[in-house]
Amino acid sequence: MQTLLKVSNLTKTYGTFTAVNNISFQVQEGEILGLLGPNGAGKTTTIQMILGLIIPTSGTVKIFGKDMPKNSHEILQQVNFSSAYVSLPTNLKVWENLYTFARLYEVPNYKEKVKELVDFFDITPFFDKLYGSLSSGQSTRVNLAKSLLNSPRLLFLDEPTSSLDPDIADRIRKYLKQVQKEKNVTIVYTTHNMAEVEELCDRAIFINEGKIVTEGTPKELIKKFGLKDLNEVFIKLAREET
Amino acid sequence: MSLTRIYALLLRYLYLYPRSIPRILDIVFWPIVDLLIWGWLTLYLQQSRAGIPGIVSALLGAMVFWNFIQRSQQAVSIAFLEEVWERNLLNLFVTPVRVGEFLASTVLIGVVRLALIGGVLSIAALAFFRFNIFSFGLLLIPFAINLFVFGWVLGLIATSIILRFGQSAQILAFALTMLIQPFVAVFYPVSVLPVFLRPVSLAIPAAHVFEGMRQVVITGVVPWSELIWATGLNIVWFLVSLWLFLKMFDYVRVQGHLHKLVD
Repeated sequence: MQTLLKVSNLTKTYGTFTAVNNISFQVQEGEILGLLGPNGAGKTTTIQMILGLIIPTSGTVKIFGKDMPKNSHEILQQVNFSSAYVSLPTNLKVWENLYTFARLYEVPNYKEKVKELVDFFDITPFFDKLYGSLSSGQSTRVNLAKSLLNSPRLLFLDEPTSSLDPDIADRIRKYLKQVQKEKNVTIVYTTHNMAEVEELCDRAIFINEGKIVTEGTPKELIKKFGLKDLNEVFIKLAREET
Repeated sequence: MSLTRIYALLLRYLYLYPRSIPRILDIVFWPIVDLLIWGWLTLYLQQSRAGIPGIVSALLGAMVFWNFIQRSQQAVSIAFLEEVWERNLLNLFVTPVRVGEFLASTVLIGVVRLALIGGVLSIAALAFFRFNIFSFGLLLIPFAINLFVFGWVLGLIATSIILRFGQSAQILAFALTMLIQPFVAVFYPVSVLPVFLRPVSLAIPAAHVFEGMRQVVITGVVPWSELIWATGLNIVWFLVSLWLFLKMFDYVRVQGHLHKLVD
């Protein structure tokens, strides 16, 4: 399997505060990697450094074997991102948003691609509605459709189900499983829902206070700490001093 | 009536004043800006008791031209702020879009706005005051281009400041042109300003356009030197503002503030 993402000795400091402390990890093609940790652990900073939104203090990021942010224009053509904390323009209709982003990624035959994703995520009933008028479940589906417009090889999902009720969150997870299976997308996934990690992720990395504290498959982690489930592992690791 | 509760509410509003740019502007700048503009305009009119030929045209032309600057500045700053308000900034900058492409789009939206606003204002000025903006003939082109470019420069500066200081500085997106208006000598000549302020005014490209516009209206002489000054200064201002914008964009990426702009 090909290594799609290689993070080496990544560090970010703000004055005397170290947000991310010398972390290294790799993501293989077709994998779903859970990036876990308590609030303020450094997950978002890590993702934003990988995407070139934050300049690291030191360390390197290679995506598809190429350096970020040096080759960002070329790399970002095949990468996408969706976050519960980032919105699409609320004053644009769903189709206007999707067409805009499809054009930004220079997707060939973008109307067909949008149609394919609209069908996949069952967006047709609200395709002509303002994004701002959608429910959380609907806007999450539109965000996911947006994040697949460029058929990304590598997809970053930052707590995509955090604002959803259990029923809608379950549907979104099913969509994601299907996406991963059908389109072979490699996914880096952050969430605080450990059941979700057990269900979706091939492997998980725990970050706390900017450092990687442990990593492995969900089953390996549960076994390693001798606990009932990943939720208990999370609580144990979050309360430990790094 | 509880004095304690009234005092609590009074303090609740006062807490905001020291750290709120709009509130500080309300107290310190706007009254002074108003005073300066109207004061210097009155001085200009008073100095020419015999009357200034074409004064109505000069003032109306100034009003229309001023809109060119203001709207083009807002096109840049508000395009950026729209992405901030809509929490879309990160979505935008994780696409392959380059900063230059983003800026180019703001220039084009500025051109579209300028064409529409210029059209509306020129029709209104003709209908209500029989003032024909096209009486400037071909000179209208270098005038408009210089004002548009200077507006865009101001837009870049306002956006750079918003990048640096966050949403608390967003008032500048609407108000930066108004803050400098007294020194641009829009409605009165630079000579009306106090001597120590004239170099400040003459360093602003738009001041040369307004001087030139008045020269055409009042004397009929084509103001080539003013146009050359305006163009030369615009090139310098453009390079400086672009440098500032790129510096500030790097600054927010180093500080990790890009996502905080939308929080």
